[in-house]
This record gives sequence, C-alpha cells and structure tokens, in this order.
Amino acid sequence: MAVEISVAGARGAFRRVRLACAGLLLALVVTAPYLVMLFTAAKPVGELRASPPRLTPVAWHWDTFVDVLRDPGFQSWLRVSLSVALASTALVVLAAVPAAYYTARHRFRGRTAFLFLVLVTQMFSPTALVVGLHREFFELGLINTYAALILTNAAFNLAFAIWILRAFFASIPREIEDAAAVDGCGRLRVLVRIVLPLSLPGVVTAGIFAFIAAWNEYIVALTLMTDPDKRPLTVGITSYVTAYVQHWNSLFAASIITIVPVVVLFALIERHLVGGLTAGSVK
Amino acid sequence: MRGPRRARRATGWQALLWLGPSLALIGAVVAYPAALLIRASLSQYSVTGLYQGSVGLRNYARLLRQEALTTVVANTLVWVTVIVMVTLMLSLGLAQFLDKSFPGRRLVRWALIVPWAASLIMTSKLFVWIYDYYFGILNPMLQSLGVLHHPVDWLGDDSTVMGAMITVGIFVSLPFTTYVLLAGLQAIPADVFEAARVDGASAWRTYRSVTFPLLRPALLVAAVLNIIYVFNSFPIVWTLNDRNPGFGHDTMITYMYKIAFKSSLRDVGLAAALGVVNVLLILLAVLVYLRSVRWRAQEA
Repeated sequence: MAVEISVAGARGAFRRVRLACAGLLLALVVTAPYLVMLFTAAKPVGELRASPPRLTPVAWHWDTFVDVLRDPGFQSWLRVSLSVALASTALVVLAAVPAAYYTARHRFRGRTAFLFLVLVTQMFSPTALVVGLHREFFELGLINTYAALILTNAAFNLAFAIWILRAFFASIPREIEDAAAVDGCGRLRVLVRIVLPLSLPGVVTAGIFAFIAAWNEYIVALTLMTDPDKRPLTVGITSYVTAYVQHWNSLFAASIITIVPVVVLFALIERHLVGGLTAGSVK
Repeated sequence: MRGPRRARRATGWQALLWLGPSLALIGAVVAYPAALLIRASLSQYSVTGLYQGSVGLRNYARLLRQEALTTVVANTLVWVTVIVMVTLMLSLGLAQFLDKSFPGRRLVRWALIVPWAASLIMTSKLFVWIYDYYFGILNPMLQSLGVLHHPVDWLGDDSTVMGAMITVGIFVSLPFTTYVLLAGLQAIPADVFEAARVDGASAWRTYRSVTFPLLRPALLVAAVLNIIYVFNSFPIVWTLNDRNPGFGHDTMITYMYKIAFKSSLRDVGLAAALGVVNVLLILLAVLVYLRSVRWRAQEA
C-alpha cells in the first residue's frame, strides 16, 4: 500500500478520505442503537411517550443518571455484580495460571485430554446446562448464594484464560527460567518471580475477559438468584420496566452506566480476543 | 534446547497438583451438572422440584409428543442458519474494509466493540424499545424514509417477530465474526498479493482466487463457533418474544427454559430431556470444529 501511495499520491489520498468517510458512517451505524439508548436515558419522563416519538430529547434531562446512581436498588445490584465478577475473576486467574504454565512447559500423560476438556467447556455456555446447574445448586441448598454464581462464572470462563496465558508463557524463553533454576529457585518461585511478571499483559487480558463475562452473565443469575436483594445488574435493571412500571429512561441510564466501563476494558484487550476465543487456530 | 530432564521428571501426581484447581472447577460446575442433567432427564420431579423417582426414557418419549416441538425445531433451524449465513457475508465485507489502512480505522474497530462488550440483555431491552409499536423510533424512521406506510407491531405480529429477533442476532454476532475474519486476512502474507498484482490479476480476481481460498480456515472457524454461540443464545429471544404467549417463536434453548422454570409446566424431567438433546447437538458442533481446525494439543 505504501508503494501505491508514492506512485499516485493524489489518487491515494483521495481514496483514503473516501475510506475514512465510509468508516465514520459504519461506526455511526454500529453504535446507532446505543445512541438511541443514550437519548432515551436523557429524556424527561413526559417525553418517553411522545407521539410521534422523537429521536433526541427536547429538553435534556441528565438527572436520571444521578437518580439511578442514588437508587438503593441499583446500588445493591451494582454491589452484587462487582463482588461476583471480582471474585470469579480472582478464581479464574488462580486456577488458570498453574494449569496454563504446566501445560505450556511440560508434556505428560493426560495433557491432551485436559486441553480437550478445557476446549469443550469453552464451547458450552452455562445456558445449555442451566437445568443441570439448577438441580445441582438446588440439591446443595445453594440457591440464592453468591458462591453458586461465582463458581459457575469462573468455570465457564476458565478456558479463555488458559489459552491466553499459555501463549504468553510459551513465548518466554526457557533460558531465563533455567538460569533462575540454576540459581536455586524452585518451580513455583520461578513462576511467581520470573514468569508472571513477564507475562503480566496476559494475566491482565485473562482477568479483564473473565470480569466482563461475569459482569454480563444473565441466565444463571436469572435462574439461581430468586431473592431480589441478591440480583446482579443484568437481572436487577430489568425491574425498571415490567408490566406495571415503565421507567425506560432509568433502565437505559442504568444500562449505559453498566456498559461504558466494560466497553473501555474490552477495547484494552481487543487485540488478544480472537486468539483466546479461537484457541489459536486462526493466527 | 528443550529441557527433557525436567519433562521426564514430571509425574502424574505433580500434574494433578498444577491442574487441580482447574479440574476441580470444571468437575464441579461443568461435568457434575452435566451428569445431573442426564439423571434428571431419566427422572420425574414434583412441581416444587423434588425428586420422585426414575422413569426411564419416558421423558424423551413425551418430548417427541410435544405439540410445539416441530415449530421449535424449525424456529431453531431458521434462527441459526439465517443469523450465521448473513453474519458471515456481512463480516466478510467488514473485515475486508477494516483490513485497509485509513485515518480513523481504530475508531471503527472500537465502535464495532460496543455491541460485543455490551450485556446482551441490555441490548435486547434496547431493541424492544426501538421496535415498540407506539414509542419506538424504528416505525417513524422507516415511515419518513418511505419504506413503510403504516407502523408495524414488529414484536407482536407473528409474521415479523422472528425477522426482528434475527436482525438483533446478526447485529450482536457481527463484531466477533468480523474480528476473526480480520485476523485471518491479516495472517495472509503480503507477498501473495504482490505476486497476484505482478501477474496482472484484477482486484476481484485476486479476491476470488487468492484471498478467499486463504481465508477459508478462518471462515470455517467463524462459522462453527457462530453456530454454537447462536444456538446457545438466550437473552434475545427471551426478551423480544416475551409478550407472545405459547411457544410459537421459541428456539430449543428458550423452549427448554420455559418448560423448566417459567410456564405452569415446571417440568424438570421434560426440560432435562430437551437439555440433553441440546448438549448433544452442541457436542456434535464441537467435534466438527475440532476436525475443521485439525485440533491437536498445540506443541508448547
């Protein structure tokens, strides 16, 4: 492409401008529904039922965002979502690091079987197993406990973390580890002191992915958390719009507050997503 | 040099120690519920969920006799096929576009992230609002463009609700698919295109004979993973089809959920039988996936 531009500079520049315009249009189309979300969140209650509906508010009413943040219900859902997502992220990292390190560095009997098992869990969302999951936590008396949500989220997001971390660990030259081992470091010390600091971007990527997945999880929370006080954001905010109340502005203000942080986090790990989700088969 | 000395020392119990936490998680929350699902499919439960003994294969026989089953299976076929096909075609174009360099390309990539990162249930609620007969923005927009003369009750009309749901399904599947295909495109070495150019191949000819064949593996991966994701999809149909009674627009996943948890049925055994069928279908897709990527535990 660089050659093309130097040969026909003017034509290349024109082409780039055209592409940029098309790109802008595309970005607008993809985000358009979320702009509707933002505009609706900013409408005063009276304008929600305007007929015919307008795209943008006549009077911008940002107070809904403040009201939502002050709503004890929203605060409770937020607390639950944060706790569950953080705990399951910690669990994912704690379980994935040793597994990824060991499978990246060693060949042993059952290695292929283990990696196959991990891959299968990645393909199974909890959705397909939800009846079995409900049976399990019902029989164990763990309905309406955070433990049930945390464990489920951790198990189903483990695979991505293992693939990402394995790739990072494998890229670290063995010589560095061997040198540390010669200096008398045990294998665990090598992992914690040498390997983990070198693969920090991998740990962060795995952590962010696990966090977002747990943050967005819906069906297990819907099924297991029947107690309104224990619901996370995804289930909780739907109570803004029911057969009896229709606070669409609150629903969407809460949605935007929920979505914006994870979009930013997602953008940070964007480059690693494909590799982790396709288990290295595309690169 | 690899370290054969260390590799040989690795013994069974050691591996178990390092893989233990992962194995425990997978065992407790994936394998065990899977076993319970199978057991539940062979048992009978009270409406409150208490075990009432084994019934053999009776739940499966009952499943086959359900009146809604044919509709639900047909819906699932349409839901999966249309979303995956259209998503792949659109994503091919999008990936090709994003592979070019132009100012603002990062902005487009970030925009494409939004529907991917956003919670599906919130996106679904958003579309319930956009499609709304009275207050949604879609009807007045299409009317002002001259596409529609009268407003349409997108989610209430039997003839439009599936199309409306499929559109949302495509919208949220595009980002992942485009990213996979883009990674596939960027993995094609530049000198291949250079060679085609030197040979005087036209842009379309280059695409057809060079790009597309080299993109096939990525396309296959995107297709199979999408089939699994879309089949498993729950929030869109659950939310957009919420108002409609019966099972006329349900997929096998939402139908299973309704039997187990929502309708007056609360029939755990029947739902579990359908659950087992769903799991087997996904397993089949996983095997196709493994074959298509010629999966081996990658060499470390």
